[in-house]
Amino acid sequence: MTATATIDITVNGEPRGAPEGATLLALLELLELDPRVVVVEHNRTIVRRPSLGTVRIAAGDAIELVHFVGGG
Amino acid sequence: MTTAVELVRDTPFTIGGRTFQSRLMVGTGKYRSNDEMARAIEASGAEIVTVAVRRVNLDRTRDESLLHYLDPKRYFLLANTAGCYTAEDAIRYARLAREAGFNEFVKLEVIGDQETLLPDVAGLLEATRVLVQEGFKVLAYTNEDLIVALRLEEAGAAAVMPLASPIGSGLGLLNPFSVRTIKRRLAVPVVVDAGVGTASDACLTMEQGVDGILMNTALAAARDPVAMAHAMRLAVEAGRAAFLAGRMPRREVAMPSSPAEGMLD
Repeated sequence: MTATATIDITVNGEPRGAPEGATLLALLELLELDPRVVVVEHNRTIVRRPSLGTVRIAAGDAIELVHFVGGG
Repeated sequence: MTTAVELVRDTPFTIGGRTFQSRLMVGTGKYRSNDEMARAIEASGAEIVTVAVRRVNLDRTRDESLLHYLDPKRYFLLANTAGCYTAEDAIRYARLAREAGFNEFVKLEVIGDQETLLPDVAGLLEATRVLVQEGFKVLAYTNEDLIVALRLEEAGAAAVMPLASPIGSGLGLLNPFSVRTIKRRLAVPVVVDAGVGTASDACLTMEQGVDGILMNTALAAARDPVAMAHAMRLAVEAGRAAFLAGRMPRREVAMPSSPAEGMLD
């Protein structure tokens, strides 16, 4: 089995490597984030939770991962 | 804790089709710890609790989620768009917040100026129209301008939230007349948001007849946030009860409380 190639993406404004062909759900797992409390925006489009396992990331993608924090 | 509020015949506090018992809403920002925040919110008796939407911090060892301290089954989480300076940004944040899956309510802020954090009312109206169209229940943070409040209502806002004074200032209710006028003219709930500093501010605000108050810094920045939350709960209840009771007329001259008759020669 060959090692997976790495692609360059941007996550929360920072450059980051990710395995080629990974889904958004796999990316969250890699980052140890709980998909139940994180909302994913993929190239400015919100990806709903049920679709996280099917949408794949590609080189150059911009991904935002947000959650609720304290605020007034 | 028991109060005499049972004696007061009040109408239900309903926003966007949902009814709440407490007229005090509280924020979750700037507390010294999540534990203190949770205890203060408990002491406040609030059901509606505001939260902000921000990037997940990928570098730090993971903090416990805010939701660990705020059971979404117990509290109604109201996401805000704090920090947004354009309608476009506020709409983006609102959509992200809704995706978190708790409800379709948003406390809409479009800020126009960094120093005062006063609202950009043009952007606010624009964002309100778009979000209402998308099915959001918009609670719009605005200034104490009647005309803007009327336009927000026309645009479909579920509640209008005029400020008492600038966010985080603790200056109290600077313009009771304007807030009272907005309340009198609008059919949707009017909830005063921002500027309350201490219990007397909250009481005075509720005495204007508004439907509720949202506060954050007044609790988080108090020396003892839990005790202040308790005080605010009482103040909001007292102010509401006083409004419903109807205050005595003001007069410029004294009137004795004891009979003038029956005095000794």
